[in-house]
Amino acid sequence: MSQAAASSIELRTSPHLRSPKTVDVIMRNVVYALLPICAFAVWNFGISALALIVVCTGVAVLTEHVYCVFAKKPTTVGDWSVVITGILVALILPPALPLWMAAVTSFISVALGKIFFGGLGYNVFNPALVGRAFSQVAFTLPMTTWTPAQLPGRFFEFIPTSLTIPFLEPGSLQGWLSSVAPDGWTGATPLQLMKSEQTGTEVSQLLFGSVAGSTGETAAVLILVCGLYLVVRKMMNWRITFSILVTAALFSWLFYVIDPSQYPDPVFMLGAGSLMLGAVFMATDMVSSPETRLGVWVYGVFIGVMVVVIRLFGGLPEGVMYAILLGNAVSPLISRVTQPKTYGAVRKNRKQAKEGV
Amino acid sequence: MSSTAHTFRPLSIFRKSFSHGIHPAENKHYTEHKPIERLPFPSELYVLLSQHAGKPAVPLVKPGQEVVRGEPVARADGFVSAPLHAPATGVVKRIDLVPTSKGPRKEALVIQVYPGETQEVLYGQDRDIDAMSKQELIQAVQDSGLVGLGGAAFPTHVKLSPPEGHVIDTVLINGCECEPYLTTDQRLMIDQAADLIEGTKILMKILGAPRAIIGTEDNKIASAEAIKKVLPADGTITVQVVRTKYPQGAEKMLAKALVNREIPSGQYPSSVGLAVFNVATTVELGQLLPKGQGVIERVVTITGPGVDKPGNYIVPIGTPLRFIMKKLGYEGSAKHLITGGPMMGDTVSSLDVPITKGCGGFLVLTPQQFEENTLSERFPCISCGSCVDACPMHLNPAQLGKLAAKRMYLDMDKYHLFDCFECGCCSYVCPAGIPLVQYFRVSKKMNREMKAASP
Ligand code: SF4
Ligand code: SF4
Repeated sequence: MSQAAASSIELRTSPHLRSPKTVDVIMRNVVYALLPICAFAVWNFGISALALIVVCTGVAVLTEHVYCVFAKKPTTVGDWSVVITGILVALILPPALPLWMAAVTSFISVALGKIFFGGLGYNVFNPALVGRAFSQVAFTLPMTTWTPAQLPGRFFEFIPTSLTIPFLEPGSLQGWLSSVAPDGWTGATPLQLMKSEQTGTEVSQLLFGSVAGSTGETAAVLILVCGLYLVVRKMMNWRITFSILVTAALFSWLFYVIDPSQYPDPVFMLGAGSLMLGAVFMATDMVSSPETRLGVWVYGVFIGVMVVVIRLFGGLPEGVMYAILLGNAVSPLISRVTQPKTYGAVRKNRKQAKEGV
Repeated sequence: MSSTAHTFRPLSIFRKSFSHGIHPAENKHYTEHKPIERLPFPSELYVLLSQHAGKPAVPLVKPGQEVVRGEPVARADGFVSAPLHAPATGVVKRIDLVPTSKGPRKEALVIQVYPGETQEVLYGQDRDIDAMSKQELIQAVQDSGLVGLGGAAFPTHVKLSPPEGHVIDTVLINGCECEPYLTTDQRLMIDQAADLIEGTKILMKILGAPRAIIGTEDNKIASAEAIKKVLPADGTITVQVVRTKYPQGAEKMLAKALVNREIPSGQYPSSVGLAVFNVATTVELGQLLPKGQGVIERVVTITGPGVDKPGNYIVPIGTPLRFIMKKLGYEGSAKHLITGGPMMGDTVSSLDVPITKGCGGFLVLTPQQFEENTLSERFPCISCGSCVDACPMHLNPAQLGKLAAKRMYLDMDKYHLFDCFECGCCSYVCPAGIPLVQYFRVSKKMNREMKAASP
């Protein structure tokens, strides 16, 4: 059935009604939901964050558009999905990352994470995370250099490394930090503090985001509220978010009960790092998550467990990115083994179905 | 199409239903408060010989012959077939090919209606239902030419003879009318509640069923109330109000909601002790059988924003659509007409198609609405799972759609292609605008052809 043949008869057959929720409408609403988080990021980290968001989004959109021009097909930027990718890339990068590195990350996200697989609907992984995984390896040091939130001069002055000349390594931030950072600044995120020194962070700080971390991942409560908007408008699968968060909380609570001095409490687990952003906006990417009801729960639980395992027992302080990428990788498999049970299925059919999968 | 917002019914969540399904805008407000009215007779009627499932009827009359309203004009050809009765007093002019809503032209009796005739039904004789045996009743039902008036047009008497070994313990009367816009059944339940009960009793008697449940949705509370007033005191017939959700009116969904039974794939409702009849059919049965008359007219909802005088009208079988639309002040073409509801109905090929027994409504959309709803932009499947969550049969339309696009028609059996009853929920919700139902129709055809080619 060629597309042309299908669309020429499609005009005349039922159903004659369509839900107004089309792909572009959904994607545009996700962008709306991300905007408050962007605003908070700018308030938290200043003009460096603003520049980061603008650059990442611009590069992402441009990459897709230019590709479409070269591939001689109508541009697909109108479906808004690439805007989401651009914004998400910015939100998961450190605020002090040189802008040129951010641009590369954004380019890789769209080119390798999305276009390479065949564009929207075919990407196996969440494109933003593909870019970030690439940069984690390519730019290890700048990707793990953190700056304090809410510095006094943040609205007037770039973090010096932001403006590094393209293709040069950024200079050290030590000198600048020692002059602007508050006393006791260690250059570590709450997760790193926990990993290396078993020190917790004030809960209110975690929930409201005035901590060091990636540009848009710090304000757990705000992210949750923005996600709620999408849930209410039925444009996001809350089951994924819910299952990830509940699994991560329960699983980490288990360890916390065993040894509170060694392991963080569940609230810390949920509030710190990019778990909230990941669970609300990245694991829920429709394309790279399973499409079946049961599959979605399995996927969420899987990611929740992986996050805790990597955070507590892996070599890295943060595991959300890898947990979601792993979840993406197994999601087709999950879909396949969780096919819905058909209404009125008779035995024979069920057996056939099993043979089929 | 969001001309009206959804009615908010918080209590709905406590009502019974099936799982999955969708909530399109109901749009019943055009006609739900309009009592059933009679339209005048046209000058010519086109009575199709094949307006039921099964073999076409065989004409009993010749061109030039006079017929009296209600007189049999064609006989059933075998068991799965139904006779026809003259919808008006007049003269048979010829037997001709006329357009049908599905497209191909089919044979019809062309009857010229005598003008000025009172058009009283003189044919038929009163019967004492209580004194009749089961076999006599079934024969009487066939003689009345009654078929499923909900749309399928399956001869009713066939359903009344369930396969050997199937015992019917419950008769379900389907008053859900879940398609947006349509209000035929809704009005019938109010305006002819007594006939509905009479019909239900006859069905119970024939099938030997001890109880019957009339199911309707909670957007039709007035209908439920109207029926409750005339329910028999012995409690054998009850009314149940279920959640308003599409496609609640599908047989399988109704069985699930009312008595929590699943009709196994590929089997009849009788295999789980059920027999399901539509409200319009049951009303007609209750009205005709005691009088020994045949089906000569039906209630048709003509509705939608594109027509000036929407309403529920009694129309003689065979009335050309053009005549009705003109009476209602519609000047446009057939292009924006849909026969049946917007979810499962077909577009109309021509205004010359006649009304048949199975046709319960015409929906007239504005050209703009048509554009909005059919020319939706197409995106690739984004695996959102909306279709999976909407499919009342719990299929995986996304997966089926992918296989169809790859022309892997035979592989679609594994995903229960033939359990799909083309309700349209998946296409409705798909944000990518993929014409899933369209794919499945083609796939079923291809699948059958491929199987026939290589046994
Ligand atoms: S049309 Fe078929 S596949 Fe689609 S929702 Fe209805 S039953 Fe399911
Ligand atoms: S609703 Fe459409 S886009 Fe979503 S999974 Fe189904 S086919 Fe794909």
